Amino acid sequence: MKYIDEFQDPELARRLLDDIHATVTRPWALMEVCGGQTHSIIRHGIDQLLPDEVELIHGPGCPVCVTPLEVIDKALEIASRPDVIFCSFGDMLRVPGTGRDLFQVRGEGGDVRVVYSPLDALRIAQQNPDRQVVFFGIGFETTAPPNAMTVHQARKLGIRNFSLLVSHVRVPPAIEAIMRSPNCRVQGFLAAGHVCTVMGVDEYPALADRHRVPIVVTGFEPLDILEGVRRTVAQLEHGEHTVENAYPRAVRAEGNPAARAMLEDVFEVTDRAWRGIGVIPDSGWRLSAKYREYDAESRFSVEGIRTREPAECRSGEVLQGLLKPYECEAFGTRCTPRTPLGATMVSSEGACAAYYLYRRLTATSTPREASPVA
Amino acid sequence: MPDSTATTLDPTAWTCPAPLRDQPRIVMGHGGGGTLSAELVQHVFAPAFGGEALAQLGDAAALSLGGVRLAFSTDSFVVRPLFFPGGSIGDLAVDGTVNDLAMSGAKAAYLSCGFILEEGVEVETVSRVAEALGAAARAAGVEVATGDTKVVEAGHGDGIFVNTAGIGLIPAGVDLRPQRVVPGDVVIVSGAIGAHGVAIMSVREGLEFGVEIVSDCAPLGGLVEAMLAVTPDLHVLRDPTRGGLAASLNEIAAAAGTGVVITEREVPVPPAVSNACAVLGLDPFYVANEGKLVAFVPRAHADAVLEAMRAHPLGAEARIIGEAVADHPGMVVARTGLGGTRVVDMPLGEQLPRIC
Amino acid sequence: MCLAVPGRVLEIEERDGTRVASVDFGGVVKEVCLEYLPDLQVGEYAIVHVGFALQRLDEESARQTLELFSELGMLQEEFGDPWEAAAGQEVGK
Repeated sequence: MKYIDEFQDPELARRLLDDIHATVTRPWALMEVCGGQTHSIIRHGIDQLLPDEVELIHGPGCPVCVTPLEVIDKALEIASRPDVIFCSFGDMLRVPGTGRDLFQVRGEGGDVRVVYSPLDALRIAQQNPDRQVVFFGIGFETTAPPNAMTVHQARKLGIRNFSLLVSHVRVPPAIEAIMRSPNCRVQGFLAAGHVCTVMGVDEYPALADRHRVPIVVTGFEPLDILEGVRRTVAQLEHGEHTVENAYPRAVRAEGNPAARAMLEDVFEVTDRAWRGIGVIPDSGWRLSAKYREYDAESRFSVEGIRTREPAECRSGEVLQGLLKPYECEAFGTRCTPRTPLGATMVSSEGACAAYYLYRRLTATSTPREASPVA
Repeated sequence: MPDSTATTLDPTAWTCPAPLRDQPRIVMGHGGGGTLSAELVQHVFAPAFGGEALAQLGDAAALSLGGVRLAFSTDSFVVRPLFFPGGSIGDLAVDGTVNDLAMSGAKAAYLSCGFILEEGVEVETVSRVAEALGAAARAAGVEVATGDTKVVEAGHGDGIFVNTAGIGLIPAGVDLRPQRVVPGDVVIVSGAIGAHGVAIMSVREGLEFGVEIVSDCAPLGGLVEAMLAVTPDLHVLRDPTRGGLAASLNEIAAAAGTGVVITEREVPVPPAVSNACAVLGLDPFYVANEGKLVAFVPRAHADAVLEAMRAHPLGAEARIIGEAVADHPGMVVARTGLGGTRVVDMPLGEQLPRIC
Repeated sequence: MCLAVPGRVLEIEERDGTRVASVDFGGVVKEVCLEYLPDLQVGEYAIVHVGFALQRLDEESARQTLELFSELGMLQEEFGDPWEAAAGQEVGK
């Protein structure tokens, strides 16, 4: 596919890697914020090709993983109602709430459907006027505009049997929270390219200044990630801390103004809990007063559901690079990919889940030199 | 990675701490051909049935009966929609069972065929499925010898379910089992992967997309015959259906007690398959095939077997994709295009489109 | 966090007052909502996430980025391998 294949070229990857190897003189800890970037790093084995000095800390940018247990429990409750068709992106179905997941709700007779787009859920609502259709609105600034547009359309078309269970989260407050935490080890950020596709970059210079940390807007293909790392390391080596755009083919400074305007109309900023991390001020969105009637929480009276995160889970520390997954007592015993306690074990890209898999490999392999770029 | 002595955990002993405990009811993943399916067989069916023949847990059982070596297999088909680009439930019902038999080296001789029909389904539809099934059987050179029909009340079935069982003779000297795999064996795939799964997804409700790709469903008996003509000493064959290439390689690695290393860019993936996977967030290694096989072949025979495969229409794009290794027993590792490595894990249940 | 893929607009139509496009992702065609990129034209590429076009792809930027990457090695080839240079300094000390 154009704009993807060219950015996977092994020869150019080698050039970027050579440059990083030549530039780095001491250890640096970088965080890739976005789960999509973590996926790409693991999928292509990029972390193994970087110099030992460059440590990548997998950040909290997987909306599936950070959706709080409490919201999942609300989703399970709503999806269990016989009058409801519960629609969700596929990757939410396997995320465990308290005791079960959406797959099991389906096994128990709940009407749970996987959709590709929130508009598909709206179509299902039109086709089933006598049922309540609820869409699970998770995601960062990239996914929020599509969900906002869907609620906007529902209102415009007078589709009253549609509602949204909202658990949207915002990146900049998460970066702020990570940088403010005591003992924070992160020295540079690869910012999430597709979030910036919508939001632009104007939220970041203040963050970079305040915390004296380089922030490089980074894409998702292997060359994009290597370029993000290259530019962040170069800044760190030169003692700089500016905001750079290493994904200019898809990110403009102003983002997408139409999408930003819709976000501000449909949603308003609120405090939001992140699974395994806790409440981060101003880090989420909820429906604005104008659209509150489309809020599934109040429509199905699940606001009262309160679930505490397992105290045993230390994923907040893992996400900040303060704790290695295997240093957690629950790792590999009470906490596994099948029985995850928190965000980092929930998704296969989570730091703990990735570690769980990779440790099995290293523990059973004879040590050998990392293979060179072919 | 820090060194592995930093912890007292023994990662080689890691298994799910309490299989099935967290799944009191059947979920779709139990039919997905991954870990959940395997657990259901291991913890529910195998202990209840007992018996030596079942313990092989292969796609087909190899049995001795009256001095003759038989392959015996059964498969049920619940595909939706019934007709999809490149085939139908009728084609799958034949090819699925014929291919399971072929993976034990047997050429399918006879099939049984059971229909479970939902009250209200149109006879015209049943007839179209039956026509397709008959045509597929003739193409595969197998005869439907016995059958059965049941009807369930409206709402208790999904139109048409089909079950087939098949038997065939295993040629002398052929012994295809993962336990025969040894480090150094060459891994060959018979062609491009992922077409069937992508074709089905393209017409599935809620995911619909346009794509020129059609299902690869095809009977593999002839291709296997051509391979065995080179040497009966192939070690194991699998057709990577549900769970895709990843599930087949993991099953073989686990049963063989060897590791498997594959080179990603050697695995043929049609552009439309890889692009559909990119759009939906799926991995082609986990997407189903219905007319492909993966073979573990002694290194000495690899070139000759590959040549024989390429001379057959269903193996024209056959490729060597990797090898069995002594390292990391039970695990499958892929060398990525950039020269890194990644673990290709056993899928848990069905693959889901992701947004993240 | 966000799986978004570049695709090329094949055709555009208006439905219920909404601009909808058929978008080609290398042989995979899906319907995409254009409400956030109302001036996107047939033949152009856009980044698509969960059925919405979110940003136009800039061909010139992509070209420049790739050019930058291919020039990275050139500098080193011209001025010698920095690894060797560094190693040489070590030895020469």
